[in-house]
Amino acid sequence: MTEIPLGPAVETEPFHDDDLYHPRSWLTKYVFSQDAKVIAIQYSATALFLGFVALALSWLMRLQLGFPDLVTFIDADAYYQLITMHGMMMVVYVLTALFLGGFGNYLIPLMVGARDMVFPYANMLSFWLYLVAVVLLLSTFFLPGGPTGAGWTLYPPQAILSGTPGQEWGIILMLLSLIVFVIGFTMGGLNYVVTVLQGRTEGMTLMRMPLTVWGIFTASVMALLAFPALFVGAVMMLFDKLLGTSFFMPALIEMGEHLKYGGGSPVLFQHLFWFFGHPEVYIVALPAFGIVSDLISTHARRNIFGYRMMVWAIIAIGALSFVVWAHHMYVSGMNPYFGFFFATTTLIIAIPTAIKVYNWILTLWRGDIHLTTPMLFSLGFIITFVNGGLTGLFLGNVVVDVPLSDTMFVVAHFHMVMGVAPILVIFGAIYHWYPKVTGRMLHEGLGKLHFWITFLGAYAIFFPMHYLGLIGVPRRYHEMGDATFFPESAQSLNAAITVMALVVGAFQFVFLFNLIWSLRRGEPAGGNPWRATSLEWQTPETPPPHGNWGRTVPVVYRWAYDYNVPGAAEDFIPQNQPPAAAGGMA
Amino acid sequence: MTESALPRTAAGSPTRAGLRSVASDLASDRRAFRTASWGKAMMWIFLLSDTFVFGCFLIAYMTARISTPEPWPNASQVFSLEVAGTAFPLLLIAIMTFVLISSSGTMALAVNYAFRRDRRTTTALMLATAALGATFVGMQAFEWSKLIHEGVRPWGNPFGAAQFGSTFFMITGFHGTHVTIGVIFLLIIARKVWRGDYEEGRRGFFTSRRGHYEAVEILGLYWHFVDLVWVFIFAFFYLW
Repeated sequence: MTEIPLGPAVETEPFHDDDLYHPRSWLTKYVFSQDAKVIAIQYSATALFLGFVALALSWLMRLQLGFPDLVTFIDADAYYQLITMHGMMMVVYVLTALFLGGFGNYLIPLMVGARDMVFPYANMLSFWLYLVAVVLLLSTFFLPGGPTGAGWTLYPPQAILSGTPGQEWGIILMLLSLIVFVIGFTMGGLNYVVTVLQGRTEGMTLMRMPLTVWGIFTASVMALLAFPALFVGAVMMLFDKLLGTSFFMPALIEMGEHLKYGGGSPVLFQHLFWFFGHPEVYIVALPAFGIVSDLISTHARRNIFGYRMMVWAIIAIGALSFVVWAHHMYVSGMNPYFGFFFATTTLIIAIPTAIKVYNWILTLWRGDIHLTTPMLFSLGFIITFVNGGLTGLFLGNVVVDVPLSDTMFVVAHFHMVMGVAPILVIFGAIYHWYPKVTGRMLHEGLGKLHFWITFLGAYAIFFPMHYLGLIGVPRRYHEMGDATFFPESAQSLNAAITVMALVVGAFQFVFLFNLIWSLRRGEPAGGNPWRATSLEWQTPETPPPHGNWGRTVPVVYRWAYDYNVPGAAEDFIPQNQPPAAAGGMA
Repeated sequence: MTESALPRTAAGSPTRAGLRSVASDLASDRRAFRTASWGKAMMWIFLLSDTFVFGCFLIAYMTARISTPEPWPNASQVFSLEVAGTAFPLLLIAIMTFVLISSSGTMALAVNYAFRRDRRTTTALMLATAALGATFVGMQAFEWSKLIHEGVRPWGNPFGAAQFGSTFFMITGFHGTHVTIGVIFLLIIARKVWRGDYEEGRRGFFTSRRGHYEAVEILGLYWHFVDLVWVFIFAFFYLW
């Protein structure tokens, strides 16, 4: 193995931070690895696996809704368990882990010109704790009583009372799993934040960082401040369940008997949960915003429009998202005056978000748009996100939200805005960076097929749900029974949605096949197949080796968006190209 | 190298004053905080996150306290210590607070001596800090057993609202865990200082990284933070 020299070529500061760890055995190189790139792949593979599990759960739910008598083992209890596990897995264990643990680990060090994360050992622990959390979560499927059916929001008091499925083991392990996840994430999150703040290479100023890094960085800061509320809520509910405390439990009568609980506040849990839960939406969305900015700029061969504004919009959204949480609680029985405040802050978020959307459109304006798979997914994201954002305006207003609460409209809204939209970005990002990770391209034809089915299919699934919600079809009902307040055609629409869900779900396996097939058979990619400017495409080897940069770390001279600079020799200028060599207006 | 003559910052004009110069300093290349090493920056950000944990705990406590219909137990009565037949309100907690705040003093001295590379004094001061911390945890254990003996449980107590015991055990327990972890790391780092790890650049057993005397300072940040949190817990539990 070649020894990589410690530290950059010029040591100007009294620190010795760049002390790189070198693995000495197969086990420490590939399994208990401290290399951020390996950890990223471990995170991504685990999260993708869970994503497919969550997909299977959603299939079962859709089968029950579309064809109520078809799958006999799904009764009300099983349906609640499916909903709970699908929601919790997707939000926390798939999307958060993929964006921050996966893309964050892979891209941050490479994009800012670092050799690794600042504290690789904690980074490694972060993944292993995540894996423990995942195992705890999945183990509930095999324990007596099964997983918890409390809904992914785990609202007390019903979450821990009898009558809710999984109240023997499911809820306990769910809370434990969340606690472990938060601890594990904190170890990783500190790494992401400090690497961006303190680990950048020479010339990489904050305002030269690619927007991907800005998005992941801001999301990591938010996660470090929002997850504590989930941690505290989980600890307190665990005590309510195990020790019989009454933090969230009011006096209750069950089966004609007074329970031992009394004097607690269920709304307190909702506040704690949503103080985590709303920032969580943006913890998922901000990395997607950042990544999509870079994909659009690269594949439209055009600099991002309004870079500074984009950065400030990311920061503004991140800050605002901490003061909107109670818009999830308009019907919770909290003080109605709160609704006015939280509706106002919620609608203010539309301003920085709209700035971002306009800037994406203006980046595309007169761009040299290449309709590659990553570009298609990015365009799909913009449309879906605008769509989901507009229904957010309905739900953000108290008077409109109250009748729409707990209908399929809500389901459609959040699946569009924080389900489909970020997942489209994840797909686009995988098609974009797979060549750097493996050295081979993903199959473009299969990719486009995957895109069109997923994008159109997502609309076929979730668009009708808005309508179902408007006519009053409730969510979280495993069957509609003899309800007469909506027409019978609602059931046939439900069946159609189910068919589309099955089709779209099945085509995700085409993507999985593409991932595995291209590993060996994909077209060799070379170091920079997209002719991109950012640092990760300028590594001396592809895939980047341990230590990323060979003997010397790169020096950065420009921002990440020098595409089609007038007078330049090429239509892109890498960030590490000195001004004299690049020509044109530097 | 000719490269280093080039401007490294996008907005690094020295003529800018006030907030703008602060912003351009923060946004300059390599490091946002010029004087902070990786470890120190990481500890500060961890403490920010931990502040949110304790903040959530304390706000949850306040909410529980104002929303329970039962009367809240009288702190000066519940937390009094009986010495020679007289009940002294808050006596034990005053001693505990004094011990913990004193340990911040010895910690600060240890940091100072660590930067002078005075291994013997540093080790002694860190051990003193650990001893004070352990004393604090010991007295907390005494207080817990006294309250448990009087019938206070997480799920109820004879003095009033059940949430009193729940929040008390949860929050002081969480803080006590922080102190205990601090004591363990004080012992580990003190051993490293004593052995001279930071002189010869010995690599850590788990991390395979060379340590520096700065580790004492970083641990000091944590220790002072745990002290500071105690001040808030003290105010909200014992004085409210």
